[in-house]
Amino acid sequence: MYRSNVLVCGGTGCTSSHSLLIAEKLKEELKEKGLDKEVNVITTGCFGLCALGPIMVVYPEGSFYSMVKIEDVPEIVEEHLNKGRIVTRLLYQETVEEDTIKSLNKTAFYEKQERVALRNCGLIDPEKIDDYIANDGYAALGKVLTEMTPEEVIQTMLDSGLRGRGGAGFPTGLKWKFAAGNDADQKYVCCNADEGDPGAFMDRSVLEGDPHVVLEAMAIAGYAIGASQGYIYVRAEYPIAVKRLQIAIDQAHEYGLLGEDIFGTGFNFDIKLRLGAGAFVCGEETALMTSIEGRRGEPRPRPPFPAVKGLYKKPTILNNVETYANIPQIILKGADWFASMGTEKSKGTKVFALGGKINHTGLVEVPMGTTLRTIVEEIGGGIPNGKKFKAAQTGGPSGGCIPVEHLDVPIDYDNLLAIGSMMGSGGLIVMDEDNCMVDIAKFFLEFTVDESCGKCTPCRIGTKRLLEMLNMITDGKGTLEMLDEMEELCNYIKANSLCGLGQTAPNPVLSTLKYFKDEYIAHVVDHKCPAGVCKNLLEYSIIKDKCYGCGMCAKKCPVGAISVTGYTAPGKKKPAYEIDPNKCAKCGVCIDTCKFKAIIKG
Amino acid sequence: MKSLAELKAIRDKAKAELDMRKENPNAARVLVGMATCGIAAGARPVLNAFTEEIAKRGLTETVTVTQTGCIGICQYEPVVEIEVPGEEKVTYVKVAPEMVSKIVNDHLVHHTPVTEYTIGAIK
Repeated sequence: MYRSNVLVCGGTGCTSSHSLLIAEKLKEELKEKGLDKEVNVITTGCFGLCALGPIMVVYPEGSFYSMVKIEDVPEIVEEHLNKGRIVTRLLYQETVEEDTIKSLNKTAFYEKQERVALRNCGLIDPEKIDDYIANDGYAALGKVLTEMTPEEVIQTMLDSGLRGRGGAGFPTGLKWKFAAGNDADQKYVCCNADEGDPGAFMDRSVLEGDPHVVLEAMAIAGYAIGASQGYIYVRAEYPIAVKRLQIAIDQAHEYGLLGEDIFGTGFNFDIKLRLGAGAFVCGEETALMTSIEGRRGEPRPRPPFPAVKGLYKKPTILNNVETYANIPQIILKGADWFASMGTEKSKGTKVFALGGKINHTGLVEVPMGTTLRTIVEEIGGGIPNGKKFKAAQTGGPSGGCIPVEHLDVPIDYDNLLAIGSMMGSGGLIVMDEDNCMVDIAKFFLEFTVDESCGKCTPCRIGTKRLLEMLNMITDGKGTLEMLDEMEELCNYIKANSLCGLGQTAPNPVLSTLKYFKDEYIAHVVDHKCPAGVCKNLLEYSIIKDKCYGCGMCAKKCPVGAISVTGYTAPGKKKPAYEIDPNKCAKCGVCIDTCKFKAIIKG
Repeated sequence: MKSLAELKAIRDKAKAELDMRKENPNAARVLVGMATCGIAAGARPVLNAFTEEIAKRGLTETVTVTQTGCIGICQYEPVVEIEVPGEEKVTYVKVAPEMVSKIVNDHLVHHTPVTEYTIGAIK
């Protein structure tokens, strides 16, 4: 029995800032001091507060050390773990209040969260099945196999109101019911772990921090629909997730929690991993199944829906990682418990990946119906550098921008659709006054143009034409008619594309056109980019009466576009400088160099 | 895995370890003074004895064992303070590992402090 447990975050964020080296160093120091039998070092999944990584939490005190450096390790070992004196200086400062230390769960970031899907992330060692079992892991599978009929399992899912967390929000129980109703000699359970939205990383965190929950939920789904084989389709770009999933599958086999005759009930279930090669379209259900079959990942028309003819033409269900992460707890705690959280039509919680212009970049899980304002201002800690909130982009390339006037809308599937965005997988990118909304629309469209598989014309050609128009607008060559044409084309693409990729690709353009039309008009009519982002519409100039003639800007200019003039401003000793707009590369170095704020862009 | 009982056995064994990693604001607290004075007087074996005893008795959900700094009565080290919610704080002095089992049993299980080990008995 260890008297003290040190939890070091081993999620991708903290790992990239060397948390694993920190864990090694800790073990080394503890051994040297003879404390290695008393203090346990555990590498866990993501804590969510990625902005403050590498993160280390010491229990039983619950001390939250943030941005830990390797050099800090000996001090933490000697002072805290040896002598019991918490190194306050290195703690996350929000937990320090005068001479007391606040519980982590009382900080703004964690207090309003409700962790269901992420409950084990940052608590258990994802590479140890015993840790998962200790926190009631596999108990739901046991309950289902020994006490419930498949129909009861499906009814529980229906009653819970759980909807797909991958984006579209289809009721999970209904999906299962359809698949269960189709007779076949073989059925399949698939897991969509091909998380591809720019800025979304909740599925990765669940896979890295709590891989067994996905396996358990898939086995439950297998029992419910009568399938004995599962596939997890995971991106190869998630090496830590792939590794931990494989470890989890092996351990579950060893314990007989996967394989044949599970819990002695005669139920067989096995899971295989399939690695995706990085195509965004493979996150679409029919393309994903085509890819598992070993063919080129392209969507196909529906119907037939996968519940009828899916993988290898057999009835198949496909759910997202986060959806699965909710299921064992719904079984254990009951559908009513789950349905008690959230809004009327969206039950439970949702994980959001907070990114962009926000202080607390990271993962947060909140009950459905929480307002955007709570997420951005309270949990997210607001916007850095005192800038103003302009919009939040949800749903990645399929979603839209939510402007400031909708900050108080309770977030759920239906409300987001009503204001022209969508839940998507839960990426939430915050933008401030320095972001150009036309540029944002262009960014997401560039992504969908790249990722369009090319099978259907509306998506392949339509998004390309749309991007061309956006490029003309940001180059100052757009017209007002073009804005109308764009809108028409957007609606055409939405109505006619084969799969979800094309059907949602115009959303970033449509929502910015709806809420930020003035910015489009400024680009088209005034040839200005109000946020100062679109380079081709920018001009840098020196306010001669503010220029002291120091010449620093001219020295730093990489293209030699700045030269001295014959004009000396009143009260200044040296002649002012000026920028030749024809030579200027618009890099912005001069603005950063000028101490007198004499250079402006616009 | 052939039965639920087997799963439960693994769970019970692993659960005590996991409880130590959760914050539990309502738990009783055992605070062992682990400043230089405490360590020199032998607080470390006492601390470990408490951890072991509490795990052995399956009390990890209701009791946390924490180190603390110097309490200020260095001549009485090792000093252990026990705070049970709703009860008065009790300070045990000159604690040795042999005394731990009795303290856990009487105080934390049966809510009767072991008076002869407390600071009151010495003074």
